[in-house]
Amino acid sequence: MEIKTKHLEYVYQKNSPFEKRALYNINITIPENSYTAIIGHTGSGKSTLLQHFNGLLQPTSGEIQIGDLVIGSEKKKKGLKSIRKKVGIVFQFPEHQLFEETVEKDICFGPMNFGLSEEEAKIRAKKALKQVGLNEEFLQKSPFDLSGGQMRRIAIAGVLAMKPEVLVLDEPTAGLDPRGRTEIMDMFYSLYKQHGISIVLVTHSMEDASKYADHIIVMHKGTVYKYGTPREIFDSPEELIKLGLDVPESIRFQLKLEEKIGAQIGKQPSISINELTDNILSYLKRGDIQ
Amino acid sequence: MANKFVQFNNVSFRYDEEAPYALKNVSFSVFEGEWLAIVGHNGSGKSTLAKLMNGLLFPEEGDVYINHLKLSEELVWDIRDQVGMVFQNPDNQFVGTTVQDDVAFGLENHGIPRDEMVERVHEALRHVNMVDFLDQEPHHLSGGQKQRVAIASVLALRPKIIILDEATSMLDPRGRNEVLEVVRELKNKENLTIISITHDLDEAAKADRIIVMNKGQVYREGLPEDIFMMDDELTKLGLDIPFTTKLVKSLRENGYDIPKDILQEEKLVDYIWKLKQNI
Repeated sequence: MEIKTKHLEYVYQKNSPFEKRALYNINITIPENSYTAIIGHTGSGKSTLLQHFNGLLQPTSGEIQIGDLVIGSEKKKKGLKSIRKKVGIVFQFPEHQLFEETVEKDICFGPMNFGLSEEEAKIRAKKALKQVGLNEEFLQKSPFDLSGGQMRRIAIAGVLAMKPEVLVLDEPTAGLDPRGRTEIMDMFYSLYKQHGISIVLVTHSMEDASKYADHIIVMHKGTVYKYGTPREIFDSPEELIKLGLDVPESIRFQLKLEEKIGAQIGKQPSISINELTDNILSYLKRGDIQ
Repeated sequence: MANKFVQFNNVSFRYDEEAPYALKNVSFSVFEGEWLAIVGHNGSGKSTLAKLMNGLLFPEEGDVYINHLKLSEELVWDIRDQVGMVFQNPDNQFVGTTVQDDVAFGLENHGIPRDEMVERVHEALRHVNMVDFLDQEPHHLSGGQKQRVAIASVLALRPKIIILDEATSMLDPRGRNEVLEVVRELKNKENLTIISITHDLDEAAKADRIIVMNKGQVYREGLPEDIFMMDDELTKLGLDIPFTTKLVKSLRENGYDIPKDILQEEKLVDYIWKLKQNI
């Protein structure tokens, strides 16, 4: 399923003294089965934008097309319920939203709320649990007896049980330890690769954005500053730094080294530690500094 | 020998009698004026340690000493005067309607006279560069600013130790740097002892010393250089190594004998540059 926006604008508390424009002139396409990262400062409009992806917010002007459904600024759109099944949003610290007595009941809540029978929901719960890398023993446990990382997986399983076609993730690794972070990011990647789910990842981690995404959207002051592949985005790191954004550690290091040397060490900025290693090795082996 | 400011002697703790031990036979010391980072996987007991340092929890076995006072129900308030805590979620630690009210809250509880209170609130906010925000409502601040106000609230009580319990994990990179810079400056100016519980290995790399927790026990303690030389062992514990250590490792695997203990990026830049001069 494709998501596409045309001149999307969103103004909070429109026509009131507190009116505040959060988004303007957003024209993006999130293709079917793609992995898109959205980066930008706190306050750049990332969270407001992602709430449009399943109709939690409606544009105040312009439009967003989610699959076949076009949502504009008109009042109360119908058909939002079916959209919310297809686009699952995992908010920050989703484990705070767990509430049921057992893991199984918690995961079943969403599907049953959308009209599935208990039996069907239970089958889905089992499958979703497997997708997040937990075994069936967890089904009858209380979610509150689990570790933070496990609770987060349960919360994500609750979204997966709706069988979304697009999964929107807002800082999904915040607060997890390094292993938990890698595991959960690898899990999303396999949902994208093996199950054909589109991923939209909102993140502050430039490493994750460059490692996993095939496209990156840079948000700045309420609009899209740049759109492209990780290579294209990080090809001009100075530009991102000027916006006050981070660049991947490997690029930051390369810039420091190049400043010290007074020359470039590679054809392009290194978006991974392997590229950086290659660039440093060729610099060390080279006869003359260019 | 430096003054042992925090001491854990064979401390064990369970959240209830049927639960497994959250901490088992833990002993370590924190010295006056040092920055100690405590790292470990989720559920390794890090936050339990923090809560035992200011009497939010009490040990089941063993003793905790803070500035030579033994943690007990009787002395808990004396101990809390010395230990300030900053928690993870900036939105969960506000009580006042304005920034200055919030910082004053703890002082009011301590019955500090008004004149002194005003002075201390200003001083504390100056320390965290938030004096311009005195009358702002806390919910209008950014995450980094909120955490700095939380630090000011703690600071106004003039503690000897500040514990940061994953205090930067919900912040964006800019907010994280703001907070860490403020804490670093404070530590140097006020001779504070800082205990930082963190998953951020780059932050831990800048500490004076690191304790690695694993499954409720102290797995290792040492200088950052020594800890990060554990490399694969750390990965097995669910942790990671900082970027610089990874790069050194990768260059070593390609035949360059770069010292394993370089942790600062600047030092590695210099080293590579010098290496080139000598080829």
